[in-house]
Amino acid sequence: MKQRYVYVLAALLTIVGLSVFTYKWQVLGFPLGEDQETPVWTVESAISFDSGPGSIKVQLHVPTLTPGFRMLNENSVSRGYGFSLNYGSGGREAQWAIRRADGEQTIYYRISVYEDDSVDQSDTTPPFPPPPVIDEPFKTAVDVLVSDVRDHSADTASFTTELLRRVNDRSPDPNVELLMAGVDSNADFVSVVTTILAAARIPARMVRGFPLSGRQRSAALVAWLEVHDGDQWLYFNPATGEESFPDRFLVWWRGNEPLVNVEGGSNVEVGFAIQQNHLDAVAIAETQAAQRGTSAVDFSLYSLPIQTQAVYSVLLMIPVGALIMVVMRNLIGIDAFGTFMPVLIALAFRETKLLWGVVLFTLLVALGLSIRFLLDRLRLLLVPRLSAVLIVVVMLMLFISLTSHRLGMETGLSVALFPMVIIAMTIERMSVVWEERGAADAMRAGLGSLVVAIAAYIFMGMPWLEHLVFTFPELLLVILALVVLAGRYTGYRLTELRRFKALSTD
Amino acid sequence: MFAIARKLRGAGILGLNERNADYIMRLNPRRLFPLVDDKVQTKKLALEAGMAVPDLYGIIANQGEVRTFAKIVGERDSFVIKPARGSGGDGILVVTGRSQRRRDSYRLSSGVVVSEGEILHHISNTVGGQYSLSGTRDKALIEYCVHFDPTFAEVSYQGVPDIRVVVYRGYPAMAMVRLPTRASDGKANLHQGAVGAGVDLQTGETLNGVLENKVVDEHPDTGALVAGLRIPRWDFILESAARGYDVTGLGYLGVDMVIDRDRGPLILEMNARPGLNIQIANSAGLASRIARIEEDYNTSATPAERAAWAKQAFPAPG
Repeated sequence: MKQRYVYVLAALLTIVGLSVFTYKWQVLGFPLGEDQETPVWTVESAISFDSGPGSIKVQLHVPTLTPGFRMLNENSVSRGYGFSLNYGSGGREAQWAIRRADGEQTIYYRISVYEDDSVDQSDTTPPFPPPPVIDEPFKTAVDVLVSDVRDHSADTASFTTELLRRVNDRSPDPNVELLMAGVDSNADFVSVVTTILAAARIPARMVRGFPLSGRQRSAALVAWLEVHDGDQWLYFNPATGEESFPDRFLVWWRGNEPLVNVEGGSNVEVGFAIQQNHLDAVAIAETQAAQRGTSAVDFSLYSLPIQTQAVYSVLLMIPVGALIMVVMRNLIGIDAFGTFMPVLIALAFRETKLLWGVVLFTLLVALGLSIRFLLDRLRLLLVPRLSAVLIVVVMLMLFISLTSHRLGMETGLSVALFPMVIIAMTIERMSVVWEERGAADAMRAGLGSLVVAIAAYIFMGMPWLEHLVFTFPELLLVILALVVLAGRYTGYRLTELRRFKALSTD
Repeated sequence: MFAIARKLRGAGILGLNERNADYIMRLNPRRLFPLVDDKVQTKKLALEAGMAVPDLYGIIANQGEVRTFAKIVGERDSFVIKPARGSGGDGILVVTGRSQRRRDSYRLSSGVVVSEGEILHHISNTVGGQYSLSGTRDKALIEYCVHFDPTFAEVSYQGVPDIRVVVYRGYPAMAMVRLPTRASDGKANLHQGAVGAGVDLQTGETLNGVLENKVVDEHPDTGALVAGLRIPRWDFILESAARGYDVTGLGYLGVDMVIDRDRGPLILEMNARPGLNIQIANSAGLASRIARIEEDYNTSATPAERAAWAKQAFPAPG
């Protein structure tokens, strides 16, 4: 019956641990690997103009729905202007206003985004557009073109492709020539196409934005065509008719409205600069979680001061070491001194590195042990003797540090990191075992401690494991579950198979 | 690897994890441990139950009392000093005589002569807790030194052989004789190098021995055959062991007894965590015997009935 409680508890702990873990990983985007960096693009728009005599109002379209990208943050820099964000027909609009300004003015708006494939076009389905009011002779040209294209297409997508093929034709038919006569920019071209599509009762709009790539001093806006086929928005390259979206295309705004509108100013110029940098994935995940108002981040270790973080990144590995201890002791069955001595030794190994750690530890214990045997002749009482061993251990550490420093081996200095009390206790235990059970037993247990310490060190030193436990401390619940399960493991230990081997022969 | 594990499982061999989790933790409540961990208490309990134990000469409970050692010993030539809370036979000093020239020099069972000062230091260490289970302060017992029965003279090197019976919920499940060797320094503890010999519960006759997990048929020092020795007063020993359960309440219990030349079987100590080597000595698994006991378990059986049941239930194999 107890067995069942244990399983239920372990399952509960695992479920809680893993679900918090999965949530943070999948939903909040905390990275599994360490040092994972996500590219972040910062797009800066600078609006400059000469101020007029009266009040000034500047309106700028800013990104609203950005398929494939998620916003990290945005801000504006302007001197003395009041700033607000409003929703207009083309999406969000940033608005700056000031009562009076002198001379040339520059206003900056900056947005940082990072790629996130889960961000989709989440627009509502638009109504069928009303037939546009077009003057003759254009009306006839549009009608002829629409009916002609309709005959050569099956659905919205193919209609659009066919239309774009015709308007892009090197030797266009007269209707197209007529319609495109006044077109002198990419945007105008797309604008005419949307009008023709509206005449065919197909919801369409112009999209403008930037293909993000590396660093661009002055980025040019690219116009793209968005067509709704009744289910979703489709994207067309207006120059080729290809149904596609440029790589890493950041949608800035939609519609035919101009990008910027300045009241009370003249000589308006808008420039865009794009910069790419890399940000720690953890930082991005945290910003995102904060935007969602998730409390998972309030309890994140990354919110602690850096120094405390460093302490915890080590402390959180102790449960991992404890799990290794459990495996080594109860599943494999290696003898070791002290329950957690090997874990503490492994912690010291982190600083000294393995080879030096083993050398220094062996040296320390061997020297300490020989001095302990000398002390034995004095017949000291237990506690004074333990204290004497402790003092000797401290002096030995000092001696090793000084000697190695003299010899120019700085690694020897790290001997000071060994937990001296633990070492003193180990020496005492080892000498007692030595006396009582002989050198072989003492050596075996001493070696066992070292082996367990090395195993614990190997696992506790894995950078990805450290990152994982530090970023997802809820995984400690899973470790706890494993330890609880091991606590009810009643099978044989690995070493017992050898011990009882003589009994398995029939 | 798994094949070996399966075979062991089939033979009903008990592993350490299973012993700890399923038997010790289930059947031996923590509060009862002091009864057997403290030999002074065990002795008191056994005496109250009318069981025979070695006489207690005196107890040294703290550092200040160490110098009363000479007074406790008096004119006795032989005695044993042991820690009240020792484990695995550690810290036991067997004094078998005194130096002929000096009364304050003692001869140990190993033949070494030590001064009184050395013995006092050993007692200080004991009182300080060097040999106690948890390293806490302890008491030193000074008691009667058993004059062992000639039955085992041929198969013992110095020291006193003892008989360990593992008792499951009052029923003797398995027994072995532990024979001291030169390597074990006259101590009857398997992990110190003593030879363990299984015992046929039905007849009280010894089976082959085991040394360091390996089966042996001769004593390594004397060369005498280990098997085939008949333990005297076997029925009494089994019954005393079974009674150990009623005295302590521990469901998984090891009862250690010695046979004194003059006084017969005496209870030396009881153990709440008896080791598993007894299985190797008997070439039999404890788990299967425990299952057998569970089948026929009778709550109201007397110790004598339980001992009798075990006798017929667990004859030596072959």
